[in-house]
Amino acid sequence: MDGSSPITAEPDSYTTEDGRKIGGVVMEMKNITLRFGGVTAIKDISFDIREGEVRAIIGPNGAGKSSMLNVINGFYHPQEGEIWYLGKKRGPMKPYEIARQGIARTFQNIALFRGMTTLDNIMTGRLTKMKSGIFSQAIWKGRAEAEEIEQREKAERVIDFLEIQHIRKAPVGSLPYGLQKRVELGRALVAEPSLLLLDEPMAGMNVEEKEDMSRFILDVNEEFGTTIALIEHDMGVVMDISDRVVVMDYGAKIGDGTPSEVRNNQKVIDAYLGVSHD
Amino acid sequence: MSADFWFGVEVFLNGLMAGVMYSLVALGFVLIFKASGIFNYAQGVMALFAAQTLVGLQTGLIPFSHLINAIFGTEFHHFGQAAPDWWIETYSRGLSVLLPESISLSIAGFLGFYGPTILAIIFAALVMLFFAILVEKLVLKHLVNQEPIILFMATIGLAFFMEGFGELMWGSDVKTLDIGIEQGGNVWFEEKTSFLGGEDFYGFYLDTLDIYATFIAVALVLALVLFSQYTKTGRALRAVADDHQAALSVGISLRTIWVIVWTIAGFVALVAGMMWGAKSGVQFSLSLIALKALPVLMLGGFTSIPGAIIGGLIIGVGEKMFEFLIGAPYLGGATENWFAYMLALLFLVFRPQGLFGEKIIERV
Repeated sequence: MDGSSPITAEPDSYTTEDGRKIGGVVMEMKNITLRFGGVTAIKDISFDIREGEVRAIIGPNGAGKSSMLNVINGFYHPQEGEIWYLGKKRGPMKPYEIARQGIARTFQNIALFRGMTTLDNIMTGRLTKMKSGIFSQAIWKGRAEAEEIEQREKAERVIDFLEIQHIRKAPVGSLPYGLQKRVELGRALVAEPSLLLLDEPMAGMNVEEKEDMSRFILDVNEEFGTTIALIEHDMGVVMDISDRVVVMDYGAKIGDGTPSEVRNNQKVIDAYLGVSHD
Repeated sequence: MSADFWFGVEVFLNGLMAGVMYSLVALGFVLIFKASGIFNYAQGVMALFAAQTLVGLQTGLIPFSHLINAIFGTEFHHFGQAAPDWWIETYSRGLSVLLPESISLSIAGFLGFYGPTILAIIFAALVMLFFAILVEKLVLKHLVNQEPIILFMATIGLAFFMEGFGELMWGSDVKTLDIGIEQGGNVWFEEKTSFLGGEDFYGFYLDTLDIYATFIAVALVLALVLFSQYTKTGRALRAVADDHQAALSVGISLRTIWVIVWTIAGFVALVAGMMWGAKSGVQFSLSLIALKALPVLMLGGFTSIPGAIIGGLIIGVGEKMFEFLIGAPYLGGATENWFAYMLALLFLVFRPQGLFGEKIIERV
């Protein structure tokens, strides 16, 4: 679960306030434009995501944040612009191919496999790493068996890490909301992604659940060195946990920088914050 | 216990075995419906096509011979005659180098009789695999994200196409399928159970073919359950059944899964076609067994594999017992034809999601 991958080292890597070293560019979006018929959801946006950082995309409702995440993960294909991932330009790819390249995600409205147990859900995150053929699986011998055991260990590690041991065998459909979100995070995390996308990980949570989730996100980033890109509504949380923030409004980028830079950006204050909450 | 009681038990057992056959057909529907939300109208025709292919391969029919004969005025139908004696002789001579003559003769006898059948089953399974790939490439791929009704219409088209294609390929005559299982009452079972009911009772009359079919169906269902619970592909199948988007996001290719699902449904159709075909001949009416699966699905729910099995058993036992207890004595008989549909109608009114189906909750 090192999450590291060969990345072209960029000279302008930086060190965060709390002393973490941020590496080269994992993903670079260049002049992305996305249209749905006559509506332009994303207008000419460029930004990068660096190895080991927590990168947030914020903006008011309808700013195009979710569309941006769907572009990264391949559900949408932008009409214009280039996407560079791990030093290579990415052509038009299917979402499952992109997932196999090491981009995992969670969804705003929890997309778990409701009929399956927590353990099974998390094991699906390992599917792309399993190589046994269908025949070997059919007789459940040799490679399939060894692989199942190996993958199971990885899954158990993530389960321990997210403190969801007590619900391992429970069907996820019956779990409370906060736990479902955590299982979904586990399913993405277990794939050992080079880039982890979180779509509103704290939406609809109470304060306590939000604190838990923030802690897990930071722990994931610290312990596994996972690069995280997240969308979030809750400004307080975003400012606390992210290293750099992109601000979107009406599909355009209006700010990009560290939380304190963004906080003091007049355009951002006008468009998104309006008056200060403090 | 009186003979009447034991006769009731016999009816019950026969109902169970008939039910297994219904479950087998219903299972094919459920598999495809769960994975892709498609109600596959062609499932019955798939069973017919699989059975036709099996007979054709087993008896050495030349595919499209009717068409070829009509165009070129030729007169051929078979790839020569099956020669079991020749088979047996060659085999046993080859084997007797290694083994004593008596053993080699019995092995050769077994292969001589069952060899072509087993080979034909394997090849028919391959044909169903090929068919699944074609369906995905030519039909499903182009209809991704369409309304369910459009996919349903596509499967109706598929059903008519396969019906015609099957007859073009193998001819439309009624064929007998001999898979080496004897038909008629099982003598052993009858003798062993005749002591139960005293003087008037002659033992349970159970069809040998039905008994085999039951065992094969149970084995098939067990294999399917194990496969879907304990293998990675099985897990991927269940994942796709639950949520397409989430499945994509963990790297599952929907198209691969569809091919796998249609292949499995094709295998189930092959087994169903084989059993029903051996029982009542391979002919067009075989495809109508799909109609018997509908009430089973109403009962068991479209999305539940256990539901399909238990639904089938309930329908099988229900229609036989109803006929025995109420139909024949009070209603003049022949209730078996409509009992299943009547039961399904009641379920539609009072419990539309079936016994085990997911409850339909509309979000407002």
